[in-house]
Amino acid sequence: MKISCLILLILMLFTVIIVNPVFAENSPSTESSMPWWAWPLILFVVTFILGVLAVLGGVGGGVLFVPIVGGFFPFNMDFVRGAGLFVALAGALAAGPGLLKRGFADLRLAIPLALIASASAIVGAMIGLALPPHIVNIALGTTILMIVAIMLLAKKSEYPEVKKADALSQALRINGIYHEISTGKEIEWKVHRTPQALILFVAIGIMAGMFGLGAGWANVPVLNLLMGAPLKVSVATSKFLLSITDTSAAWIYLNNGAVLPMLVAPSIVGIMLGSVVGVRILAVAKPKIVRYIVIGMLLFAGIRALLKGLGIWK
Amino acid sequence: MTKHKIKEEQLVYAKWLDWGMKIGLLLLILTFIVYLTGILSPKIPISELPNYWKLKAHQYMASAGLQPGWAWVALITKADFLNFIPIAFLGAVTIFCYIRILPIFLKNKQIAYFIFALIECLILILAASGILHVGGH
Repeated sequence: MKISCLILLILMLFTVIIVNPVFAENSPSTESSMPWWAWPLILFVVTFILGVLAVLGGVGGGVLFVPIVGGFFPFNMDFVRGAGLFVALAGALAAGPGLLKRGFADLRLAIPLALIASASAIVGAMIGLALPPHIVNIALGTTILMIVAIMLLAKKSEYPEVKKADALSQALRINGIYHEISTGKEIEWKVHRTPQALILFVAIGIMAGMFGLGAGWANVPVLNLLMGAPLKVSVATSKFLLSITDTSAAWIYLNNGAVLPMLVAPSIVGIMLGSVVGVRILAVAKPKIVRYIVIGMLLFAGIRALLKGLGIWK
Repeated sequence: MTKHKIKEEQLVYAKWLDWGMKIGLLLLILTFIVYLTGILSPKIPISELPNYWKLKAHQYMASAGLQPGWAWVALITKADFLNFIPIAFLGAVTIFCYIRILPIFLKNKQIAYFIFALIECLILILAASGILHVGGH
C-alpha cells in the first residue's frame, strides 16, 4: 500500500511540475503549445487523484482543490473558487443523505449553525470576488498554512464529556442518540457552548465563501472540541453543513460570472469518481501515511499561494 | 442509530437531498457531453476558453458580453450555458429540501425550527436571486 501511496504522490507532483512553468496564471494561452482540451483533461485527472487523497486523508475535496488548482493551473482564482465551491457542494450533497438517514449527521444541530454560516458565506463570497488576486492569494496561503497547523495540532475527542447542556441547546433540543457499530452501543449526546459556536460560525462562513474551500477543517473542531458533539456526529454534521453553507456562496459566484462549466463539470466528476475509488482503497490503506501526504501537499500549496500573492513565486 | 429514533424532517430532508443530487449529477454529465461533442454550438467557442479563464470574473463577463444574475437563462440553447441548468439545480437542491421540511416543523409545532428554516430559505433565495452583485478590481 505504501507503494500505491507513493505512486499517487509522484503522479500528483509530476502533474504539478509539468504544468506549472508553462502556464502561469497570467500567461497568454497563445504561449501554450497545449490544445484547449488538455487543461480540462489534466484537471479531471488531478481532481480524481484529489478525490482519492481526500477520502484517505480525511479532508474535504474543496480544501485540496482550491490551493492546488489555484496554484498550478492557468485559471483565474475567481473560477477556481467558483469550481471549488461546487466541488465541495457536490461532495456534501452526495454524502448528506446517507449521513442523515443513519443519524450520524443531525439536522437540528446543523440548522442554527448553517443559518449563521450561510449568511456569512454570502458576505465572504462578495468580499472574495471584490478583492484583487494577490490579496486573495496571500489570504488563501495564510489560511491554508493555518489549516495545516490545525490538522497537525488539533486534538480530537471521540466522546467529549458534556456535563450540562447549555440553555440555548436545551431550548432547541439539540441532542441525539446514534448507534456505534464498532461497540454496538447506543451513544447519547448533547452539546454545550452553543452561543460561542454560533459566533465562530460567522468567521467560518466568511472564510468558506471567500476562498471556496469548504469548511470541514473548521467545522469539526468547533462541533467536537467546543460544543462537545461526539467525533462521528461532528464529522458527519460538518459534511452535511457544507451543503448549506456552500450553497449560498456558490450562488454568489454563479451569479457573478465566476463559474465556467469547463472547469466545474470535470472537477465534480473527477473528485466524485476519486472518492469512490478512495473509499475502496481506504479498507487497505494506512490512513496515517496518507494524512501526512495530504498535509504535505497542503503545506506546499499554501506556501505557493502565499509566495504567489507576495509576487515572490509567480 | 435505529431508524425509528431519527426525526421525520431529517428523513424527508435526506430523501429529497438524495434525489436532488442524483438528478443534478446525471444532468451535469449529460449536458457536459452535449457541450463536448458539439451537438449544440457554444456561445464562447471552446478553443477560445483559454483567453477567458485567466481573467477575473467581471472581466470575463465584460469581454464575452455576458450579463450577471439569471441572464444565462436566455442562453440555454448554447451548449456552454446549457450546463448552467444542472449547476443551478445543484445549487437549488438545498433550497428545495428546506422548503419541503417547513410544513413538517409547522405540523409538529416546532416553531423555532420553522422560523430558522424559513429564514434559511430566504437567505438562500436572496443569494440565488442575482440581486447581490460584486464590483471587481
